[in-house]
Amino acid sequence: MPTIDLAESGLRSLNKQLHDVGEGSNETHWDIINPRGAHAVAVGVNAAIAITIHGSTGYYCAGMNREARIVVQGSVGPGAAENMMSGSVTVMGDASQYAGATGQGGLLVIQGNASSRCGISMKGIDIVVRGNIGHMAAFMGQAGHLVVCGDAGDALGDSVYEAKLFVRGSVKSLGADCIEKPLRAEHLAVLEKLLGQAGITDVKPSEFKRYGSARKLYNFSVDHADAYG
Amino acid sequence: MSYTNPPTVPRKSATFDDYTLSEIRRAATTGIYDIRGGGAKRRLPHFDDLLFLGASMSRYPLEGYRERCDTDVVLGNRFAQKPLHLKIPITIAGMSFGSLSAHAKEALGRGATAAGTSTTTGDGGMSTEERGQSQTLVYQYLPSRYGMNPADLLKADAIEIVVGQGAKPGGGGMLMGQKITDRVAAMRMLPKGIDQRSACRHPDWTGPDDLEIKILELREITDWQTPIYIKVGGARPYYDVALAVKAGADVVVVDGMQGGTAATQEVFIENVGMPTLACIRPAVQALQDLGMHRKVQLIVSGGIRNGADVAKALALGADAVSIGTAALVALGDNDPAYESDYNALGTTAGAYDDWHEGRDPAGITTQDPELMKRLDPVLAGRRLANYLKVMTLEAQTIARACGKSHVHNLEPEDLCALTVEAAAMARVPLAGTNWIPGQNF
Ligand SMILES: Cc1cc2nc3c(=O)[nH]c(=O)nc-3n(C[C@H](O)[C@H](O)[C@H](O)COP(=O)(O)O)c2cc1C
Repeated sequence: MPTIDLAESGLRSLNKQLHDVGEGSNETHWDIINPRGAHAVAVGVNAAIAITIHGSTGYYCAGMNREARIVVQGSVGPGAAENMMSGSVTVMGDASQYAGATGQGGLLVIQGNASSRCGISMKGIDIVVRGNIGHMAAFMGQAGHLVVCGDAGDALGDSVYEAKLFVRGSVKSLGADCIEKPLRAEHLAVLEKLLGQAGITDVKPSEFKRYGSARKLYNFSVDHADAYG
Repeated sequence: MSYTNPPTVPRKSATFDDYTLSEIRRAATTGIYDIRGGGAKRRLPHFDDLLFLGASMSRYPLEGYRERCDTDVVLGNRFAQKPLHLKIPITIAGMSFGSLSAHAKEALGRGATAAGTSTTTGDGGMSTEERGQSQTLVYQYLPSRYGMNPADLLKADAIEIVVGQGAKPGGGGMLMGQKITDRVAAMRMLPKGIDQRSACRHPDWTGPDDLEIKILELREITDWQTPIYIKVGGARPYYDVALAVKAGADVVVVDGMQGGTAATQEVFIENVGMPTLACIRPAVQALQDLGMHRKVQLIVSGGIRNGADVAKALALGADAVSIGTAALVALGDNDPAYESDYNALGTTAGAYDDWHEGRDPAGITTQDPELMKRLDPVLAGRRLANYLKVMTLEAQTIARACGKSHVHNLEPEDLCALTVEAAAMARVPLAGTNWIPGQNF
C-alpha cells in the first residue's frame, strides 16, 4: 500500500511510479496525499490498481485512464477522466467543465455536481452524476450513457449522435437535434445497473426521462440548414 | 460609302466570370454551399514570386555534386527526450484515414520511410497499415478525438495538437456519409453512412493557458519522451506562434491558406486565412523575439510543390516543410491517365477536387474497395520516395549555388522578390532595389 506525498515527490515521480506498475504487481492500492489542486494527477495509468487521492485536484485528473479504479476524496478541475478507456473514476466532490470528455469506456461517478460540457464528445463512457450538471452536456456525444440524478442546464445533448442521456430532474433546454425518447425496459435495466455501480440506492430508474438524437442532422439536408447555423 | 455599325465582340464580366455564374446557378439549384477538397485555387502571392540570387563576387558557391550540403533536421529537442532526427526537411502532412484509403495511407508511410522522413496520421486515428509502414509517425491530436486512444498515443513518435488548418482556420471538419464504411465508422465510433462532423474546438481546453496544462498532461502520459507539435492555420502567425511557444510546444506547424483539405466549404477555402508566404516571416519573428528560433522548430506547409519552394521556405527561417496535396499527386492523384473517368465525373484531370464524394478514379480519396485497388501501395510509395528525393536534390542544388553547406544556412539575404506584394510579405527586397515595403522607408 504505497503512499505518495505529492507535495514532496512531485508530479513526475508520481506518474512515473504509477506507469511502472507491472502486471501482477503486489502494489495494488495506492494513496496519494497532498494533491493540493495539482494538474494531471494519475494520468495515463494502465494497470488494474486502486488509487485514492486524498484531496482536490486540478485539470485532467485520471486522464486517459485504463483499468485503474481511482477515487478522489475531493473535487476535480476541468477534464477529469478525459478519454478514459476502462476502469472507474469516482469523484466524491464536484467536477468542473468537460468531465469525462471523449471517454471511450469505463465508469465516471460524480457524487456532487458537474459543470458545463460534462460528457462532451463521449464515445462509450458511462457517466453518473449524483447532483446537477451545467450547460451543453454530452455535446456531440457519440456513444455511452450519461445519468444525471439532479437537473441539467441549457442545450442538453446538442448535436448528439448515439449517446443515451437520462435526467431525473428538470432540463433547462434541449440542444439541436436532441429529443425526449421513451424509457423502455432495456433502459430501466441500464439505469439499474449504472446506479448500482455508482452506489446510488435512493433513486429509482423509473424516475428518469431519456433523451437522445432525433437523427435529423445525420445527413446534410437543405431542409435542416437552419440547424447548421 | 455605306456605313454598317461594327459589332463589338461579346464581352464577359471580370466580376461575374463563368465560374462565379456557375456557382450562383449551383447554389440556386441545390440550396447548399459547395464542399470540395484541395486548397485555395485563386492566384495568391507565393514562392514563385521570390528568386534566389546565387553566389557571385561577394560569396562563393559550393561544387554541385561533390561538396557537402546537408539536409537533416532535428525536431522536438526543446523538452522531449526522444526528438526526431529526419534525413530531409520535408515531412508528410496529416491526412485522415477515412478521407484517404488505407492503401494511400500505407503508400505515404512507405514513401516517407524510404526517404527518411516522417508521416502523420489525421482526423480518424492511426491505421495499422500506416503505423506498420511508417518508421516515424506523428500522431494527430484533434478536436474530434476520433480514434484517439492512449495505446496509439504511446506508439507515436511525435504528437501534433491540431488547433487549425490553413484551408480552414477556425473551421471543423467533415467526412461525408458516402465515405463512412464499416471500418471508418468503427474507428470513429459512429454509425455507418452518416455525415461526420469534426468539431472546430477541442472539447477539453480553450485558449493557450488551458493548452499549457493539456500539454503537461500529454507529457506526463508519455513520460516526457515524445515531441509535441502544435499545428495552426495561417491566421495571426506572430501571436499564434508566440502563444504556442508559451504553451510548451516543441515544434510549431504553420499551415497557410493554400494548404489542402479533404472536404471544406469552397467559400471557407478561398476566403479565410493568410497565404503561406505571408505567414513565415511573422512566425519566425515571434520565435526570434522569444529567443526560440531553431530551439522550437518551425514547419511550414500550404502549397509546397518542389525543391525551390522548400529552399525558399527554409531561407525565410523555417526548419522544415510539410506536404499534403503534392504527396497525393505523387501517388497518382489527378493523373491524366484517368482522364475518361474524370470526364465521367464532370471534371478533368488536374481539376478534380470532389474528394469528399469518395469516387476518386485514382483510388486515393476513396473507401470504395474497387477504386482502392487501383492504387498499388508499394509502387505509389516508391513514387513518393522518388519525388521527395528530387525535391531534396533541388533544394540542395539551390543551397550549394548560394554557398551553403546545409540547407538551413539559407537566409533571407539570399532572396529577392518579383512583386511588391511578395517583397512585403517575405520581407526581402524587390528585385533590383533595396526596398522592402513596410520595413525601410
Ligand atoms: C486529403 C487531405 C486530408 C487532410 N486531413 C487533415 C487532417 O486530418 N488533419 C489535419 O490537420 N490536416 C489535414 N489536412 C491538411 C494537411 O495536413 C496539410 O495541412 C495541407 O495538406 C498542406 O498543404 P498542401 O496540401 O498544399 O501541401 C488534409 C489535407 C488533405 C489534402
